[in-house]
Amino acid sequence: MHYQLFKTFSKIGAFTFGGGYAMIPMIEAEVVDKHHWISKEEFTDLIAVAQSCPGVFAINISTFIGFKLRRYTGAIVAAAGAALPSFLIILLIALFFHRFRNIPWVESVFNGIRPAVVALIAVPTFNLAKSTHITLSNCWIPIVTALLIWLLGVNPILIILAAALGGYLYGQFIKPTENENG
Amino acid sequence: MIYLELFITFFQIGLFGFGGGYGMLSLIQTETVVQHQWLSTAEFTNIVAISQMTPGPVGINAATYCGYAAAQQAEYHGFMAVLGSAVATFALVLPSVILMILISKIFMRYMDTPVMQSVFTALRPVVVGLLAAATLLLMNSDNFATMTGDPWHFWISVGLFVATFVGTKYVKINPIQMIGFAAFAGLMLL
Repeated sequence: MHYQLFKTFSKIGAFTFGGGYAMIPMIEAEVVDKHHWISKEEFTDLIAVAQSCPGVFAINISTFIGFKLRRYTGAIVAAAGAALPSFLIILLIALFFHRFRNIPWVESVFNGIRPAVVALIAVPTFNLAKSTHITLSNCWIPIVTALLIWLLGVNPILIILAAALGGYLYGQFIKPTENENG
Repeated sequence: MIYLELFITFFQIGLFGFGGGYGMLSLIQTETVVQHQWLSTAEFTNIVAISQMTPGPVGINAATYCGYAAAQQAEYHGFMAVLGSAVATFALVLPSVILMILISKIFMRYMDTPVMQSVFTALRPVVVGLLAAATLLLMNSDNFATMTGDPWHFWISVGLFVATFVGTKYVKINPIQMIGFAAFAGLMLL
């Protein structure tokens, strides 16, 4: 079973491009449909939890499922499986990239790629704003966050902690009174 | 000591990296480029680019590459540099493993409470801000050249940015294809 876990999550880790959420269909196909390790409902709940938690999404999911199946060793094996393909591939690239980096045509290629990559990060920003329903009333939050980090060099960790605390206080003290008066 | 620094840094990133791969990016950028200067902005963007073309999460890719680069910078080479990669990647995934085990074992029922919901609700707009910050932080001369110093490079870069933005958002072209196009354009024009 441990071997199955490792193999399955390595497969998921090795064949999914484009970040954590793109992995969801493949994870579902393997974990729910093929191996029946968890039910579809459990899977949906799990996605919600893994998305809300910090850290690498793929690792969150694999750890959770691994733990469910074989406790601590299961969790470690699944997480290791998910991380290993990327680790090895990038390590190889790191080992060789150093040598090729300064070749003129390689430089040109990456000079072209870099602005494109910035755009690839800009696009999800807008898409995410839409899907999280950023409106005129709360758009100050992402704007202030971005400005604090970009212009003032504030560490994002501080902002995350402040937001978590703010959310907690809002939920505990302000929202209940809003419901009473409303 | 570099390995300790790498461990602490990437453990923090793994612990506070909300918002998936891209959300984590501004954190990784702040720590590795700004604070510790293990990577230049160009190197950082290069590894994000490579990450788009290779399988696996961008966080792990960044940790692996950065660990290697940081160790090399501290004059550890060969196997010792690989150890840097391993330490960084291990540190990145460790908080996730611990947290998910805890949640699975104990806290699962607390995930749906009003308290947690209000915390998550507050975090969501912040993650949008994190992505915006990551984008803004990457808009510098390392990635776009300077308007005055190298106008040709600058305007081509701006063009590629706009083309990729429009292509990905509106025309729904696959990101990997866009990178391929940009690579070709870079090769021909830059």
